[in-house]
Amino acid sequence: MATHHSTIPHQSCDGADGHHLLVSVSPHLKSDLTVSRIMWTVVACLMPPLLLSIFVFGFQTLIITLVSVISCVATEAIAQRLLGRPVTVKDGSAVITGVLLAYVIPPGVPLWTPVFGGVMAIFVTKVIMGGLGFNIFNPALIGRAFLVATYPVAMTTSWLSPIRDWAIFKHTGPAVDAVSSATPLYVLKHYGMAAMLEQFGSRATVYKDFFLGAMPGCIGETSALLLLLGGLYLIFKGYIRWHIPVSVIASTGVLTWIFGGERLFTGDPIIAVLSGGLMLGAFFMATDYVTSPNQRAGQIVFGIGVGALTVLIRLKGGYPEGVCYAILLMNPLTPAIDQLFKPKRFSQGAVQ
Amino acid sequence: MRTQLATFPKGGVHPKENKDLTRALPIETMPDPSKVSLFLKQHVGAPCQVSVPPRVDAPIDDGLLLAASHPGAVFRLLVHKKERVNVGDRVGDTGNRLGAVLHASVGGMVQGVENALHYQEGKAQALVIQTDPESVPPQYSEVDWRAFSREEIQARIAAAGIVGLGGAGFPTDVKLNVKPGTRLDTLILNGAECEPYITCDHRVMVTYAREIVEGARILLTVLGITYCAIGVENNKPDAIAALNEAIARARADDGFRIEVKPLAVKYPQGSADQIMQSITGRVRPSGQRSSSIGIIVQNVYTTKMVYDAVALGKPLTERVITITGRAIARPANLRVKIGTPISEIVNYLGGTTPDLCKVVVGGPMMGFAVSDLDIPITKTTPGVLFLSHEEVDAQAFGPCIRCGFCLDACPMGLEPNTIGIYVEAGRGAETEPFGLMDDCFECGSCAYACPAKRPLVQFIRLARIEINQARKLKEAREQIRKAG
Repeated sequence: MATHHSTIPHQSCDGADGHHLLVSVSPHLKSDLTVSRIMWTVVACLMPPLLLSIFVFGFQTLIITLVSVISCVATEAIAQRLLGRPVTVKDGSAVITGVLLAYVIPPGVPLWTPVFGGVMAIFVTKVIMGGLGFNIFNPALIGRAFLVATYPVAMTTSWLSPIRDWAIFKHTGPAVDAVSSATPLYVLKHYGMAAMLEQFGSRATVYKDFFLGAMPGCIGETSALLLLLGGLYLIFKGYIRWHIPVSVIASTGVLTWIFGGERLFTGDPIIAVLSGGLMLGAFFMATDYVTSPNQRAGQIVFGIGVGALTVLIRLKGGYPEGVCYAILLMNPLTPAIDQLFKPKRFSQGAVQ
Repeated sequence: MRTQLATFPKGGVHPKENKDLTRALPIETMPDPSKVSLFLKQHVGAPCQVSVPPRVDAPIDDGLLLAASHPGAVFRLLVHKKERVNVGDRVGDTGNRLGAVLHASVGGMVQGVENALHYQEGKAQALVIQTDPESVPPQYSEVDWRAFSREEIQARIAAAGIVGLGGAGFPTDVKLNVKPGTRLDTLILNGAECEPYITCDHRVMVTYAREIVEGARILLTVLGITYCAIGVENNKPDAIAALNEAIARARADDGFRIEVKPLAVKYPQGSADQIMQSITGRVRPSGQRSSSIGIIVQNVYTTKMVYDAVALGKPLTERVITITGRAIARPANLRVKIGTPISEIVNYLGGTTPDLCKVVVGGPMMGFAVSDLDIPITKTTPGVLFLSHEEVDAQAFGPCIRCGFCLDACPMGLEPNTIGIYVEAGRGAETEPFGLMDDCFECGSCAYACPAKRPLVQFIRLARIEINQARKLKEAREQIRKAG
């Protein structure tokens, strides 16, 4: 069993007399980018949707998110302590998992839900697989999949209608009267486009509400705009590449347009792309370093796979929403995709 | 409107340059040290032989006949203990084996051969000369090198002990001995100096542009080609200007075309493979020499030394090195005698500051950290860094998060992340298919880029050791099988 956290022996550097100089293998310069800086930047990029969700669904969302984060961090710390491994909660990865897990559960769930989800996401998916870098599946999504399978009622009926009167404390307290107002994707799947538009307003209104985030749905997946801005910032910083998000969004849009309507080529790609956590999945879940390929070509294949499976599940599967399972189904293919698409060796370009 | 600078497409990183400490400092000559220790091996090839008594002349031939540049040479023992030598006296030679001759870098008395601390090899044999301040160095005067034949030029380069000063240390005369039938068309002078902190080539280009351009003509003459490109990273505009001016001034109708190619600032721009691709677009096939794609690469400083050797008859006894970092009292571009101990350089520059944390011989990306300052400068030492706490990143490393930044950084298209994971799991011997034996030149771009601060170069070195051990084991087993 390899030790995952070796340390370079720290020596005192009182080198004035030529002794006790630090010795290590080159390079002696390192970039100032660290794992924790990347992770905390992702956390920061995920904050605007949380703030919006407080105004859309109420203060409850903040509490659920906090419970989820605390549950994930505590699970990681306790598990690592019990297994005799160094505690690494400072790296921020468990915080990301906590935030993402909260973002993919409905805003009206009871508070024990994120606790169970967090244990499942961190302990089962990550820690016993070997910790950071060794998990096969996206931890937050395994947490969600577990909750959907185990508590289907809470996970599929705790939707809240958007608050439009600034009463953000409406849903706090023990008795959350969750509106079993179905999500737009649910209505679209079971009753068709006409019924969906009847319930949620004209097509233009639906576009606008989806884009800005005033729609029933999971906590963090309502506002396509804020998720898009956060994701674009990560691309701008160079922490993620455009290949996965763009291929996920494009393939979902195109395939929905082809197969999602009454006849071929009549589906509505815009609703497909703006709804149901696709933006969250495309920018923050499918791009998870550990569980996605790391070459550009492989990332495009991965992204198209996620998009195709999303559309397949939405149109033909048992759930109105497919992003979570689409990413989870593509995750274990990552090693195979990485085998197929290796970096091009320097001398492969040798042309006389 | 920025012109597109030439560069290599794959990989590379952009470390902070840190060249401002010494960029503008003119070359300064340090007085002779009290003693010099001349390593018998400061080049690629066999170590030099010198004589300690008893003094005998003996031909050697141990089957290592690599250098056609010393045909039929009979190896002579050159000096013995207590002998007085002057600057430039030949004190070591590899005979007819691959290597470069060694000269006394100071005038004084030979103390003998001792084991001296070597920054790369722990300890190595070195000839020690005690300096005599009274000794008068010889004077060199310029002759017209155009009067020499190709063979004479090469003989003069060999006799001066010139090796690649960029750090590789390959004997220059041997490099110029291109196999008959090789079609060459381009000489590249490497003035990229992509290592952060180091500015010795920069100052040499600014100061000796004329000699470099003349040296380029000498090299072109030997190689029998007409085109030379001098690649210089664009962060040295004064060097580019000085070289352009020297080229314009030295216009001769000898049919040579010499031009400066400004290159994008990207590490490792100065690697032979990368600079060849940047300038010509050609890629060296794995395991072949650069001459197979028609190119010979020489460092600009080596070229200046070639000029000194051929036009002045001056051997390689001193070089400019960059002494820099935030923990040295006075950074400098210093001309020092080969064999000068770092400790004497430190004393000359006013000592180190209290927050000295790390001393690196060479550049920060590929240099060697040392724990002792009693280490002599060699022909291939470009500089010494005195790094303070704030310049040293001594963070513990964590697990690989599969971000792929090292894959983007590797100029050779290797997979440092995978190699590291194999080595951590104790399976380094299985990493040969990942190409680290042929293609990795340990530039450190991967480890620089890694956000988990994984020591990827160290992993690659360990993998190489394990692969070599596995090969030896396999050979031994084969032999046993055959014997049985």
